[in-house]
Amino acid sequence: MPANGQRALAAQSALATVPRVPGASKPDPILVASSIVRRFGGLSAVDVAHVEVQRGSITALIGPNGAGKTTFFNLLTGFDAPDEGAWSFNGRSMGRLSPYRVARLGMVRTFQLTKALNRLRVIDNMLLGAKGQRGERLWASIFPFLWRGQEAKNTERADVLLKRFSLDAKRGDFAGSLSGGQRKLLEMARALMSEPELIMLDEPMAGVNPALTQSLLQHIKMIREEGSTVLFVEHDMDMVHDISDWVIVMAQGKIIAEGPPGDVMKNPEVIDAYLGSRHEKALTESGESLTTGENK
Amino acid sequence: MDFSFVLGQSITQALGVTAIIYCLAAMGLNLQFGYTGLLNFGQVAFAAIGAYSIGVIVISFGASLWAAIPIGLVASVALALVLGIPTLRLRADYLAIVTIATSEIIRLMVRSIALRDTFGGANGINGKMGQAFHDLNPFHADIDLPFLTWTRQDLWVVTVGWSLIAIFTLATWLLVRSPWGRVVKGIREDENAVVSLGKNAYVYKMQALILGGLLGTVGGIVWAVAKQSVQPDNFVPDVTFFSYTILLLGGAARVFGPIVGAIIFWFLLVFVGEFLNQMIAAGWITFLLPTDIGPIRFILVGLGLMGLMIFRPQGMFGDKRELALDAR
Repeated sequence: MPANGQRALAAQSALATVPRVPGASKPDPILVASSIVRRFGGLSAVDVAHVEVQRGSITALIGPNGAGKTTFFNLLTGFDAPDEGAWSFNGRSMGRLSPYRVARLGMVRTFQLTKALNRLRVIDNMLLGAKGQRGERLWASIFPFLWRGQEAKNTERADVLLKRFSLDAKRGDFAGSLSGGQRKLLEMARALMSEPELIMLDEPMAGVNPALTQSLLQHIKMIREEGSTVLFVEHDMDMVHDISDWVIVMAQGKIIAEGPPGDVMKNPEVIDAYLGSRHEKALTESGESLTTGENK
Repeated sequence: MDFSFVLGQSITQALGVTAIIYCLAAMGLNLQFGYTGLLNFGQVAFAAIGAYSIGVIVISFGASLWAAIPIGLVASVALALVLGIPTLRLRADYLAIVTIATSEIIRLMVRSIALRDTFGGANGINGKMGQAFHDLNPFHADIDLPFLTWTRQDLWVVTVGWSLIAIFTLATWLLVRSPWGRVVKGIREDENAVVSLGKNAYVYKMQALILGGLLGTVGGIVWAVAKQSVQPDNFVPDVTFFSYTILLLGGAARVFGPIVGAIIFWFLLVFVGEFLNQMIAAGWITFLLPTDIGPIRFILVGLGLMGLMIFRPQGMFGDKRELALDAR
């Protein structure tokens, strides 16, 4: 593992004094959510009392299947509406905002089931991520001279990102012809095209082969080094341990623990939630029980 | 048997007024379905709005054709808004259901007895509604080439019609290769992905619905002006489905797809019909009556289209690699 950069150290030292309790307040939160409730019939899929995400950190949201992680993501990004609750991003209240507005404000997400736009070329997938394009307006679109310059700049930026994500060889191919792992990379690169302040990755490592996982981890760290905040959902404890500055654990819709990865994985409540109360092993490499679970 | 007559008729029709009308309708569907993924099964409603705007305003109200055309276009936008506002936030199938129902509602409304004074009931509206257009006709004689026979009036309509198609094709080409086109194609592939990148998919879908509807309406206007008559039973759902056939025949999401599709479709339909007609007249076919030809030509053309879909599913112009991605 290459050494973590400055931002990593900054995030970790900022979080060092934060109490390891669910709902702990952070020194510089980019995202604050309070009493978010989402019910499906009688079931409370999400019931989060309070949570904050530290700016400039990589925060992992973990929890067993059905814990409500993806639902929570959907609520925060406007793809679903909560029954109760309020949350703010950069101090701006975000309740009831349409998902496209959430994205425009700089909170961009990816999806658990990768959404590569199959019959668009890889480069067009990338260009779609760029914000504020003049040529996306109907009237301007038929006058190429109005948007050609901007398009060239975006293309340049897209090519840099494609190279970084090793997709430059696939530039002109249809996104549908990419492998599963490449699609994950493309989706992440596409989200970066919009220069998000907070990027929310829903299981970025699911279904990706181990070799590619390493490069994905590097990319996520790089996102932090460039000044963005990362919040990601993941199952694989080793990955989480490897890259996150802070871990938030959900179970049955509630946040049951928070803290740096080392602490959280020793937390008996977390081990209970994952493995049932009689299990005694730790959740990382030494106790391989978890990694043999749902993702492998 | 007069084979050159069969061929001449087929070519004349393949380039004629009807082909132009269907081509315009299919161009609208290309924007909506081919590029944006919207299932509009009521394209004929937009054509009916155009045709009836001309008929009602010129004949029933006695106003000018040049006033009727913009009013028809405005009515078309209004129809698209009425159809789109409730359905475009929902899954794609809702638009399909609402549009096909609306197209029948419009047809049944204009043929109703209660509104006969305005829409003419089952007889429709007949009269010189396109006169103002035909007064501008620069052609002085009919055209009678070996394989092409048009009256002076038809020649004028065909000239303007294909010119309009050329302009709209150029506009479509500019649209779909622009960033706007990239967004709508993205919506076709996965709406949520596009939304997650900060694009208001709803607005783009509405724009595509309106633009596609306008093309259908222009088709309806051409219909009224060329045929000087609008009848409710011209505007049955079949028109929509023939337009889809034309679109798929030429290749969806291809700028020239509707043009090629319309020409081939009408050529085949007329060719098969006329050919059978001649065979019966010559006594070569004895088991069919001339009245059977109507349905039989559709059966034969239908079989041909099935063959095309099986052996060349991407249409004449499509890219087979693109289609293969769907199977994943």
